[in-house]
Amino acid sequence: MFETVSNSLGSFFGKLRRKPKLTAQNIQDGLKEVRLALLEADVHYKVVKAFIRAVQEKALGEEVIRGVNPAQQIVKIVHDEIEALIGPVDTTAPMAGDGPTVLMLCGLQGSGKTTTCAKMARYLSENYKCRPLMAAADVQRPAAIDQLETLGRQIGVPVVSDRGASALKVAMQARLKAAKEGLGPVLLDTAGRLHIDDDMMKELRQIKNRVKPHQIYLVADAMTGQDAVTSALEFNRQIEFDGVILTKLDGDARGGAALSIKAVTGKPIKFVGLGEKLDRFEPFHPDRMADRILGMGDIVGLVEKAEQVIEEEDARRMEEKLRRASFDLEDFRKQILMLRRMGPLRDILGHLPFIGARLGDMEFDETQIGRIEAIISSMTSQERARPQIINAGRRQRIADGSGTDPVVVNQLLKQFKQMKKIMRKLGRGDMQSIADAMPPGFEQMSGQKFPG
Amino acid sequence: MSPFGIFRKKGAKKAKRGDKSSDKLRSGLKKTRQKVGGGLRGVLFSHRKLDQELIEKIEEQLYIADVGPRSVTRFCGELQEAYRTGAIKDPIRVIEFLKEFIRKELDQWDTGLRLPREGVGVIMVAGVNGSGKTTTIAKLAKWLLDRDKSVLLAASDTFRAAAVQQLEIWARRVGADVVKNESADPAAVAFDAADKALARSYDVLIIDTAGRLHTRKNLMMELHKIRRVVASKIPGAPHETLMVLDATTGQNAISQAIQFNDSIELSGIVLAKLDGTAKGGAILAVKEQVDVPVKFIGVGEGADDLIPFEPEEFVRAMFD
Repeated sequence: MFETVSNSLGSFFGKLRRKPKLTAQNIQDGLKEVRLALLEADVHYKVVKAFIRAVQEKALGEEVIRGVNPAQQIVKIVHDEIEALIGPVDTTAPMAGDGPTVLMLCGLQGSGKTTTCAKMARYLSENYKCRPLMAAADVQRPAAIDQLETLGRQIGVPVVSDRGASALKVAMQARLKAAKEGLGPVLLDTAGRLHIDDDMMKELRQIKNRVKPHQIYLVADAMTGQDAVTSALEFNRQIEFDGVILTKLDGDARGGAALSIKAVTGKPIKFVGLGEKLDRFEPFHPDRMADRILGMGDIVGLVEKAEQVIEEEDARRMEEKLRRASFDLEDFRKQILMLRRMGPLRDILGHLPFIGARLGDMEFDETQIGRIEAIISSMTSQERARPQIINAGRRQRIADGSGTDPVVVNQLLKQFKQMKKIMRKLGRGDMQSIADAMPPGFEQMSGQKFPG
Repeated sequence: MSPFGIFRKKGAKKAKRGDKSSDKLRSGLKKTRQKVGGGLRGVLFSHRKLDQELIEKIEEQLYIADVGPRSVTRFCGELQEAYRTGAIKDPIRVIEFLKEFIRKELDQWDTGLRLPREGVGVIMVAGVNGSGKTTTIAKLAKWLLDRDKSVLLAASDTFRAAAVQQLEIWARRVGADVVKNESADPAAVAFDAADKALARSYDVLIIDTAGRLHTRKNLMMELHKIRRVVASKIPGAPHETLMVLDATTGQNAISQAIQFNDSIELSGIVLAKLDGTAKGGAILAVKEQVDVPVKFIGVGEGADDLIPFEPEEFVRAMFD
């Protein structure tokens, strides 16, 4: 069974929440857990060591002064330190005053340069009202040029390519074309290469010297382990990049590489790639990343996401209902619809602290949500408002209507009742008791599943 | 949301199933060797007993190789225990002890490629985006062709732009045949390929699939479907289901292995990109949780840069 250290971090902080004060001993214990969490998140060993030392000093200085919740205090110190290390960051793209701006992407094989190139072109054209141009300067990998051309067509961005020419020549051509036609920025997609491949690194240096990109970005895979430090250091030593684009952050990698790279090169993470779709590209948020590395969930991200999707009025009404515990199945159905608009549910729950950690060995089945929706949709409005009127006959009708089974309908009703209990606590704003109430319910019910 | 049974406990199933070469591995792993071994060696000579400082140094070396907290803790525990019971008396012997300990664990792996003697042998290749699937498939095809097998490739990566062209170019280079079609359904391509492999009596069919993050449930279902479709055509297929793992991957390798194994029952792992400075120690972390043998390692960009995994060599390369 897959068990992450962040689970233990979650449970540690769970225990700590009940302790009245921060003491030298529980700082020690806490930091031991934090250290493991960071190592598990692939932060480089030496970075972890330095980091823990810094946090310890800070925490000890604050120890007896405050009587606030010690867990919050440690979390805050750790979180702030990480955030300070990886932020602040200027995520505006530089635009040259005269002539085309040139941005160069480089990195190891498979880090996601070509996809990132297209995403960034799309992002720039949307946010900066410019007309970017991409240069297919990866002349190594088979079909890399075709790939960029296809992506270029998808986003309506022109691509300069020249099969048989050198990477340098393609880059020069692109720059020339951009100058002539008033396009820009020029995005250079270069071949993936090992930092220890002298010939290939030389090619990058040549492009840098001749084409003079305004910014160079290292494209790095969020799943990278300890080697992130070695490769980033070498790229930085040889061509000195200006920033990092962290890719594949839509997975479950904790992304400790971000912290390592920043710590050893001093170069900030500027953008992140979050999926295969070309619009999944965002400026980097140090605070969210800090949460993620710690495995504590990304509350800020969730709140922002929710704000975009859920109408404030709806949310207010829902909250009111929750507080009065008059939340019925119809509300529940609405909420499912709302949640669905926010994206994959696993993403959303993963955002939540403590729940995120507990998701560890759970699998999230979106199809069940569809089934729940179907069942509730097959109920009359009276049934939704007052589920207690649902008798055997009604149950059978609902089952038939939703293509399920009376047993399943019954399960849903039973579980809804349990959920309402939790909701009532939520309504009282009693987060502590919810967190405490969750685990048994969570584990016990997670084993259940709708038949069929 | 949990009360509605939308969570399911999932179990990490175990996968079990099983040529040689060594110069290449050693040269491919030379940097690894120098870094890890070199660092540790220096430390060992300056220590007279197995004290906390030395343990920490060993820990550091293991962590830097991406071995990960769980395995590092276990290895260091074993080390301390061995020292306490007198199995190790001299710190100089620490490396030997560790090497032996890890090698013994990896020796249990059946690392051979299991293909049927008769009929079409099917190898399905999957992995996260950018792990090196297509290049690995080309190398694997070359490896089989060198052993007088006829090889057909199924271009089932219908998602990524120009993935089919990339496979075609590689196929031409190594001399393998490719099946592609206009369908955007990877299972349909695999179906056609299985048909052709049967009709023309190919020895081996290798199925390329689109890179996907293991957290994307629907995409993992798609992989499962490809598997099912091929099995319906060729009983017992796929005979090998390989996950390509980038050697630079850290602890996320664990999650990748578990999720892919859950969806498509892996028979092996190909550890790609071992020619860089990454050490690939994450496979030890993976092994703690899901026991899928590493069958091949990738040590370069050339068509010949794929070699069978040898525990003995791998461990020696890590520590020598």
